[in-house]
Amino acid sequence: MSGGARFEYLLRLGDSCLVLGHRVSEWCGHAPELEEDIALANVALDLTGQADLLLGEAARTEGRGRDADALAFLRDAWDFRNLLICERPNGDFAHTIVRQFLFDAWQVELYAALTGSGDSALAGIAGKAVKEAEYHLRHSGEWVVRLGDGTAESRTRAQAALDALWPYTGEMFETDETSAALAAAHVAPDPESLRPGWTRIVDSILGEATLTKPQAGWMQTGGFNGRHSEALGHMLATMQFLPRAYPGAKW
Amino acid sequence: MVAPEAHGNRIAQAWSVLNGVMDPEVPVLSVVDLGVVRGVHEDSGELRIDLTPTYTGCPATAAIQLDVENAIEAAGLGRPTIRIVTSPAWTTDWMSADARRRLQEYGIAPPEQPAPQGRRALFAPAPALACPRCGSMRTRRTSEFGSTACKALYACEACAEPFEHFKCI
Ligand SMILES: [Zn+2]
Repeated sequence: MSGGARFEYLLRLGDSCLVLGHRVSEWCGHAPELEEDIALANVALDLTGQADLLLGEAARTEGRGRDADALAFLRDAWDFRNLLICERPNGDFAHTIVRQFLFDAWQVELYAALTGSGDSALAGIAGKAVKEAEYHLRHSGEWVVRLGDGTAESRTRAQAALDALWPYTGEMFETDETSAALAAAHVAPDPESLRPGWTRIVDSILGEATLTKPQAGWMQTGGFNGRHSEALGHMLATMQFLPRAYPGAKW
Repeated sequence: MVAPEAHGNRIAQAWSVLNGVMDPEVPVLSVVDLGVVRGVHEDSGELRIDLTPTYTGCPATAAIQLDVENAIEAAGLGRPTIRIVTSPAWTTDWMSADARRRLQEYGIAPPEQPAPQGRRALFAPAPALACPRCGSMRTRRTSEFGSTACKALYACEACAEPFEHFKCI
């Protein structure tokens, strides 16, 4: 396996955490109730912390003198390798929660598999992060049930969010040369192998929430190759403003 | 050349200094009580301290690191190097019985022991907790997340006081 494949893979994981973490942080001060404001800020912090570890490891693999901050703040949209679902705008609260739930279920499966990785650095990060991901999944899963099996209004919104986000779930299980190289080297699981566990979690929560699982159909793709929606560029303009306007700024 | 006794002494001194470095968010617990200090080593005359973060995104991690460096230096043991270790992952199981008792006295319900593992922990009902003020079991969780990454919010229906629970991971 080449160092290039490991770098690419770490960017996929790290960028997904970073981009979703920033999105969730946009709720800070705007959530429907105080407890939820605090919860979302905590989830955002955990994801940003995971991004810091993963991108730090990516920078070491790359060996070109960059660090996690340089990767986070000084790359443009086409260099990002996050799942497209992570950059979707927040929409309403139901949209944010459904996006989080679909992602958390994937992250729990992925990190659980990575704890057995032959790559000790990656296994160490996953062992730490899987506990956080499980905690996030419990929070988002409980909300999906509450919204789906709630009022007519909350149910309509949760179903609309699920229908809109579903085409972004296919990317989680995509295989390509990078994922094949990592699987062959026992560094990462075959992405397709995560699908049964993810489906079990999703089916059980959607069932409890009395929401209708969308039909399998056409899936969005492109995040792993740097083909993003315009939403990412706008998000990065906000996220990267300070270190770009004031290079080397510290506090 | 440092004599072996002196060598051992310096490490023991460092541990006793670390016992006095308190967590900035939970000031009744030291960084040793919390299980954040994973080791103290001496390499060519320099102390190296291994720390592990509680949560990956815990904003107190940097503050803890700085407090440790300053305390060791102030004790005349020299500026230590800090190494951040993530494996094995931090768990509340590393918290001593005495630390749990002090947490309880401070008004924070301590984590259950042992921490629930893996999928069994998912979607399990919230653990039944005794109110740290009045001891009643008539308590309920009001939020999975609290003022810091390591805490959840509860309320006691007997004494009507809210309290925090040190989350169990
Ligand atoms: Zn009480």
